[in-house]
Amino acid sequence: MAGEGTLTRADLAESLHRNVGLSKAESSKLVESILDHMTGALAQGENVKISGFGSFLLRDKGARVGRNPKTGIEVPIAPRRVLTFRASQMMRARVANEG
Amino acid sequence: MSRHVQQHGGMSMIRSELVDVLAQENPGLSHREIDTIVTIFFDEITKQLAEGGRVELRGFGAFSTRGRDARQGRNPRTGASVDIPSKKVPYFKPGKEMRAKLNV
Repeated sequence: MAGEGTLTRADLAESLHRNVGLSKAESSKLVESILDHMTGALAQGENVKISGFGSFLLRDKGARVGRNPKTGIEVPIAPRRVLTFRASQMMRARVANEG
Repeated sequence: MSRHVQQHGGMSMIRSELVDVLAQENPGLSHREIDTIVTIFFDEITKQLAEGGRVELRGFGAFSTRGRDARQGRNPRTGASVDIPSKKVPYFKPGKEMRAKLNV
């Protein structure tokens, strides 16, 4: 399951099902709950820090004037909040060592 | 280019709080089981990235890795130049729904 390709919610649920012995329905529900709680915290303006994994950090960007690259016309870009992810040292080390 | 970027200093949700709230919602599972579940969840993502794969969580975002070219670095103490080999670094792109929720 791991390796090349794309891991999805279904794979995460399957992993909980196999390793913890939860039913498939419970496993799916827990995967959804984990993501919902993280999303909820971020939506409320809280950063999310998972030790050993990484931090989801919010940044507020100010308004600025952008330009449509095709037409050259100036367009105002509203202030907005963006989300960045900073991987933990542990994850960085594991990813960097990939063959 | 001066960009007005402000780092959020406010509150954070940390791993143990995530475990606590999940434990409250799942009285049929022990706190320890929830902790194991959270560990497996994040380990699977890390393992997938470590093996060169991608993780796509619709609505939340996608994790992938990006290559960093080899470069010539310098030991800041001695000034000696050192070869820094190419490596992969983790990357996260928030999903469309996530971005919308951050800006309501």
